[in-house]
Amino acid sequence: MDILNLLSGSLQQALGPTAVVYALAAIGLNVQFGYTGLLNFGQAGFMAIGGYFMAASVATWGLSFWVGIALGLGLSVVLALLLGIPTLRLRADYLAIVTIAAAEIIRQTLGSVTLLKWFGGQDGLINFQRTFVEMNPFSSRVDLGIVAWRPFDFWLLFSGWILVAIGVVVVWLLMRSPWGRVLKGIREDEDAVRSLGKNVYSYKMQSLIIGGLFGAVAGFYVALQHTNMNPTWVATDTTFFAYTVLLLGGAARVLGPVVGSIVFWFLITFLDLFFGILTRGADPFMPEWIMTNQQASLMRLIIMGLALMLLMIFRPQGIFGDRRELAIDAR
Amino acid sequence: MPADTTAPASGSEYVDRGRAAEARKALASVEHEPGAPKPDPIVVADEVTRQFGGLKAVDVAHVEIQRGAITALIGPNGAGKTTFFNLLTGFDRPNTGRWTFNGKSLAGMSAYKVARLGMVRTFQLTKVLAKLTVIENMRIGATGQSGESLARAMFPFFWRAQEKANTERAGAILQRFKLDAKRDDFAGSLSGGQRKLLEMARALMVEPELIMLDEPMAGVNPALKQSLLGHVKSLREDGMTVFFVEHDMDMVRDISDWVIVMAQGQVIAEGPPDSVMADQRVIDAYLGSHHDQVLDFEEEEKILQEAQEEHVKNEEEAQ
Amino acid sequence: MRVRQSSAAALVLMTLFTVLGISGNAQAATPPATVATSADDDTIDVKGKLVDTREKPPAPVEGVQISVEDDAGELVGEATSDADGLFVIPLGADIDVVGETYTIKLDESTLPEGTELRNPDQVELERQVKISADISVTFPIGEGTVGTGWAVRALQLGVGGLVFSLLLAMAALGLSMIFGTTGLTNFAHGELITFGALIALFIDRLPGNITVGGMNITMVTAIAVAMVMSTLFGWAQDKALWKPLRRRGTGLIAAMIVSIGLSIFLRNLYQYFAGAANHNYSQWTSPSPWSIGPVLITPKDVGVIIFSTIVLVAVTLAIAKTRLGKATRAVSDNPALAASSGINVDRVISVVWAVGAGLAGLSGVLLGMTQGFDYQIGFKILLLVFAAVVLGGLGTVWGAILGSFIIGIFIEVSTLVVPAELKFVGALLVLILALLFRPQGLLGRAERVG
Ligand SMILES: Nc1ncnc2c1ncn2[C@@H]1O[C@H](COP(=O)(O)OP(=O)(O)OP(=O)(O)O)[C@@H](O)[C@H]1O
Ligand SMILES: [Mg+2]
Repeated sequence: MDILNLLSGSLQQALGPTAVVYALAAIGLNVQFGYTGLLNFGQAGFMAIGGYFMAASVATWGLSFWVGIALGLGLSVVLALLLGIPTLRLRADYLAIVTIAAAEIIRQTLGSVTLLKWFGGQDGLINFQRTFVEMNPFSSRVDLGIVAWRPFDFWLLFSGWILVAIGVVVVWLLMRSPWGRVLKGIREDEDAVRSLGKNVYSYKMQSLIIGGLFGAVAGFYVALQHTNMNPTWVATDTTFFAYTVLLLGGAARVLGPVVGSIVFWFLITFLDLFFGILTRGADPFMPEWIMTNQQASLMRLIIMGLALMLLMIFRPQGIFGDRRELAIDAR
Repeated sequence: MPADTTAPASGSEYVDRGRAAEARKALASVEHEPGAPKPDPIVVADEVTRQFGGLKAVDVAHVEIQRGAITALIGPNGAGKTTFFNLLTGFDRPNTGRWTFNGKSLAGMSAYKVARLGMVRTFQLTKVLAKLTVIENMRIGATGQSGESLARAMFPFFWRAQEKANTERAGAILQRFKLDAKRDDFAGSLSGGQRKLLEMARALMVEPELIMLDEPMAGVNPALKQSLLGHVKSLREDGMTVFFVEHDMDMVRDISDWVIVMAQGQVIAEGPPDSVMADQRVIDAYLGSHHDQVLDFEEEEKILQEAQEEHVKNEEEAQ
Repeated sequence: MRVRQSSAAALVLMTLFTVLGISGNAQAATPPATVATSADDDTIDVKGKLVDTREKPPAPVEGVQISVEDDAGELVGEATSDADGLFVIPLGADIDVVGETYTIKLDESTLPEGTELRNPDQVELERQVKISADISVTFPIGEGTVGTGWAVRALQLGVGGLVFSLLLAMAALGLSMIFGTTGLTNFAHGELITFGALIALFIDRLPGNITVGGMNITMVTAIAVAMVMSTLFGWAQDKALWKPLRRRGTGLIAAMIVSIGLSIFLRNLYQYFAGAANHNYSQWTSPSPWSIGPVLITPKDVGVIIFSTIVLVAVTLAIAKTRLGKATRAVSDNPALAASSGINVDRVISVVWAVGAGLAGLSGVLLGMTQGFDYQIGFKILLLVFAAVVLGGLGTVWGAILGSFIIGIFIEVSTLVVPAELKFVGALLVLILALLFRPQGLLGRAERVG
């Protein structure tokens, strides 16, 4: 019985809105890192820009939801330009450090008391989802046997997976074109591509922008999912999780982020529920001195950290990756 | 030393259209002096200098490269040849200097624009795109692809025909370079010599006017070398200008119409292969510089060795 | 998703984030402000000690009224300083209080005859409760420093910045040396910092005190043990993880991502064992400041400045002068050449890891001493360490130190004009702007192409 609960609970998360958010964020990273080799460690910053400006447009400035969406997308393009201009000419690790720093700048600034009246400080913003709720065609609980969702959650994940599907198709179309070939060339050796007369800087910028747009959409979803936008959703670890999702599914593979996100959230939830069961109640399975209920909630992150390391060391091409590519990866 | 410089370029469809004779004739009247003016220069460089800390890696007062000829750039290790290539093609920025390509000033121009103008280079350490197949490596070289713009990329309708034409051209070049069997392999799986070939073939996809090869023969086996020599000569027959760096004197002697010698950043001699190689300045530069080089290296080694010994001693004392 | 209730409210808050963090793990990044906690109770107090710094040793000032108001202007609590100059005003349970902002006011009319605030502008202090920790405030009392407010404040902040810079420099030096010799951008460097702080906490929490001739040397021992253990940790980490990865020929970007995994792993392991609470060491908790000229400085800070300066000078001298130091630089310059000339590159890297981790661990203990810490103190300052190293020039020794001073002092002094909560933002912006104009960092070298 517990086993069934465990599995259905995990499946619920694996298909739920959270998986949508991370699939979207990871599709963006796939364009940037997987195909172009750009180490954007600031995906959380793009999510913040998307989520916050969508939310603030409605909740603070009283604009329409769609203006908020447009603003979020527009500003994430601006952010990509601002980040790209100083760093895209530099080595990969510089971009990593600058983007991670920028994401933290954005998070701390948007969550600050100084901007409290616009962005709600640490509590963040609420009451911005009305338009989205009104569009919901589902009025009753959706029950698929082992998993079931409230109508709002189902609307979230339904619309979310549609967006993910669109994203996947767009990426697939782009990456099989000569444009995508230039990106892949840049990932392999940008000087070589430059010597063939391609404007590498411009391509990197386009890639950064496209990936950032996916980040912004992930930001919309994270805000809608929690009906609240606050700094917690866009911490540095959010980006790291998205990378784990991408690497799990396989970078530079069109479906990598989707598969990765589903598997990731299945495993994470499974571990969480599993250790929760082991330690719950007055007389837990696991003796208190080994693991308390508090500590149990950390197990999934401990294991995740370990898994990311092992994955990168032993299967850098992801769980379903291509062996052929690995063979030539001996750098 | 040079036993059979007259051996035919085997293995390639080298068709003599008389361009070699033409180029040599044009250069016959040129002085054998550093910086000598050429009758029809494609590249003219003046006062180009590049400093790394205290070291003046490149200090070229004046140099011209004749159009339609094969010009070799030789010099001891560390003479500044690669750096000079980098400067000319926009991969590095000089401290001073100006240079033109077809009369157009290139100073400050970014590398990709230089390539688009028709001045394409290869690298001493090959840069193949490892996780792309050989044919994709070739296709990426083609210029003016409409499918490379983001707006059209998603709609194959815009670029399919062009892609097909490029693929055909790429196939033909691959065949010429004997790489057609490797067409669908990852470039990363090629051998060192094959990579050199692929890089050269890819540069040809750009349809350059001037092709600059940085040590195209390094690491290539003698048999393959012969056919590569043929390729290079056939480039001249196709109307291209070739400017290449090479340490292999046989090759230099065999294919070049003109030789420029660099040492310690400066152009110290110019002339046809035979006269240059007999030039006392050149011999001095090679031997002298070579001598220095060895000393430098030994010195460095000695210091490092001492450091290591000291370390070991300290360790022993500590125990 | 489940939210659990817990008796220890401090834990609730952190786990709340962690549990909710099912879609994004949270850490309320807390700038290391002057925060101090007492025991692990769940009420948060505002506390402080009023002393007249003209006396030597500083004399307690009794009978001064202090009041606290919340951001709506409501009075939260009042207290009068006791015979030791101490005052404590409880704010409430931390679950209610964290995130709120309070104004702490001193009633100047209750100051004894002949004493004034040294900075008359500072009768009110605004503080935000960022984490579950008591707030300690100081109202320096002495001669009024009329008209010099701005300059003195800048100087005072500069001193705070100096302390932070030195600690940052120790952490940055390790990161930069490891990058120089191995090319690894180590995102788990913050966990080396936390490791030192936690080891020292472990020693500190052992029952009883360690005394020599009646002198309590618990903390001194803790620092020493933390340094040794950190050194060992760094050495072992290289041996067990990084060296095998180098052998396998793992790419630099792959290694960077491995370090991210390691960071997540260690950080949560630390929380597993140490909990999410804020910790303080038992010794040297509330020293009264000395005044040097117009500047106030605690003896602890002076100790930290002297000690870390000695350590930094010793390490940089060792790098500059010893054979091993020279070998290290040779490896940084060109590993292949160094190897071919008989230097045991692996050995050099081993030493660099050990020394780098030892420095990071030391910086962690000292950081914990000056401002209290929790299981992610290293992660919180990691970005600043990166900023320092990149600003100075990745892989350079002097660059790391120079960058640390610029970042450390900028962070503090910038609060003259920017709100304190945004001081990290300012420092990170400096980093980005600096890269615009000098991508290789202040003391770095440009790379070779082709
Ligand atoms: N980025 C750089 N930083 C510092 N020194 C450099 C850099 N690039 C080149 N040099 C130095 O400039 C000098 C010229 O180097 P370059 O690579 O141009 O020589 P080269 O003539 O191509 O030699 P080789 O025949 O061995 O390829 C060398 O002493 C080299 O060490
Ligand atoms: Mg060279």
